[in-house]
Amino acid sequence: MSELKLMKGNEALAEAAIRAGVDAYFGYPITPQSEVIEHLMAERPEERTGMVVLQAESEIAAINMVYGAASTGKKAMTSSSSPGISLKLEGISYLAGAELPAVIVNVVRGGPGLGTIQPSQADYFQSVKGGGHGDFKLYVLAPASVQEMSDFVEDAFDIAFKYRAPVLILSDGLIGQMMEKVHLKDQQKRMTDEEVIEKYGSWAVTGKTDRERNIITSLDLDPEKMEVRVYKLLKKYDQMEKEDLRYEKISCDDAEYLFVAYGSSARIAQKAVSLARKKGIKAGLLRPITLFPYPKHQLFELADQVKGILSVELNTGQMVEDVQLAVQHKVPVEHFGRTGGIIHTPEEVLEALEDKVIINGCIGNHKTRESSIL
Amino acid sequence: MDVLEIIKPENQVFCKTKLMTDATLSYCPGCGHGTVHNLTIEVIDEMAIAEDTIGVAPVGCSVLAYDFMNIDMTQAAHGRAPAIATAISRLWPNKYVFTYQGDGDLAAIGTAETLHACNRGENIVVIFVNNGIYGMTGGQMAPTTLCGMRTSTSPYGREIENMGSPLKITELVANLPGVFYATRQSVHTHKHARKAKKAIRKAFENTRLNKGVSFVEIVSNCNSGWKMTPLESNQWMVDNMFPIFPLGDIKVDAKLKKS
Repeated sequence: MSELKLMKGNEALAEAAIRAGVDAYFGYPITPQSEVIEHLMAERPEERTGMVVLQAESEIAAINMVYGAASTGKKAMTSSSSPGISLKLEGISYLAGAELPAVIVNVVRGGPGLGTIQPSQADYFQSVKGGGHGDFKLYVLAPASVQEMSDFVEDAFDIAFKYRAPVLILSDGLIGQMMEKVHLKDQQKRMTDEEVIEKYGSWAVTGKTDRERNIITSLDLDPEKMEVRVYKLLKKYDQMEKEDLRYEKISCDDAEYLFVAYGSSARIAQKAVSLARKKGIKAGLLRPITLFPYPKHQLFELADQVKGILSVELNTGQMVEDVQLAVQHKVPVEHFGRTGGIIHTPEEVLEALEDKVIINGCIGNHKTRESSIL
Repeated sequence: MDVLEIIKPENQVFCKTKLMTDATLSYCPGCGHGTVHNLTIEVIDEMAIAEDTIGVAPVGCSVLAYDFMNIDMTQAAHGRAPAIATAISRLWPNKYVFTYQGDGDLAAIGTAETLHACNRGENIVVIFVNNGIYGMTGGQMAPTTLCGMRTSTSPYGREIENMGSPLKITELVANLPGVFYATRQSVHTHKHARKAKKAIRKAFENTRLNKGVSFVEIVSNCNSGWKMTPLESNQWMVDNMFPIFPLGDIKVDAKLKKS
């Protein structure tokens, strides 16, 4: 039995966190994601489940509180928006280095700098190429609906604890702020302290009993040992690629042209697919649901079938590089996107497909990104 | 009597605390850190709370504190130990949570985390070793470096006009309602070490009583960073550090002492 509600994406995510039995949320206000902590504070989760919710003095403090909670085997999360995530990246790198499970949510806004409070997908590179210092990756989930904002909280914690690694939910201001129907899951119990010790006592710092002491650290001054640590992380990322890749194919079976888009852009591209088909253009959409791992093999195979690919993103061209890498020059790959907080329309997206891929769709004969926008 | 006849367990008057590991301390000979480690761990041992204690190590000379203390510990990003301790204490309210931090970590990069954990009155112990310098990175100026003191980044001495004055952060946090106990101690003589241990014990007792932040500053030496012999550094500390960082309780049982 699930409860049907009309909610903002940010609120649905917060509510899902309580219902998933998350132990702690630490956050700091920033538009367009402040509804997450506002919803949590209003809901009194300490009474509903005993969940700890704390407004930290900064994004930096919040991510380090997550580190502290995760050190003890508890399910902890934080959320922020682009400038705040930049501040958290040091802590995220420490989480990866110390092999701690945690969930971070980025409700992306336009940048660089203070940028704008409007939706954007300009944090793609930051999210999938590591972002913080050192050799590490994040498992990145990209919700495209309020339902997925809710569902991905539990999914993210499952992955985080499966791999003992930080997981990023990469949303944006559009998904966070819009209201949709959402099926909320039933309340799950939080684990008791005894259950946490039983399940994670082999590594979590919960007080040294007659076992060996547990230490959480990302430091190893011996380069030989440090290299081993880094390769251990790499192994996890390889396993994620094999076991936990997620993507969705829409109208791809007979597609001659392909859109690749995630999150809010995927919704717009999906509409562009139906507009295209009304005009007799056989378009399809590949929606990566995980941005790392990335559906590169699926793209490589689709490139044998389609004549050209358009990567649709709310930025000046970031994911397109991964599409190009996956496709390996089999067919032309172009980018289209508005940026600075502007959201492209399905008509613009279709026009870009016709203009950049169908008509000029051969390598070396494409307009510059700038001229196609203006 | 043969010496070997004297060396036997029943004649032993002092032994290494079992909660210290057998790892060789990474501190310079003469440094106060080893003593502060030992006192902290003795208190945990004597209170029989090792099973319920979680320590947070900083970035700095004591980054490897977890190598020496045989208890569960997590290692913090630079300055963030109070935020990490906050979360652990909130999620495990029956545990004893302490941070072990130096002056650069606690009073420079971690100022915000320090002040706000203190202001919220988190139920934690903060052990703050103040030696007026960044020891680990090779002797740079710290927020607590004395006026006129030469360091590698104040080679002509700390100038107040350009570099500010030494930060008395313990006096600062003592004014916050969340701080129940604030004291300044040292460990350069047996007498002082015994007093410091009493202060650390009181701090952990306060945690047991859920009293909020107990803040124990230990003014210590850095003979390597100060470029002195251990004995010279201790004397220099008495002559120069103590007038600026006077020893004694600053706040006891939530009441500020009159200075």
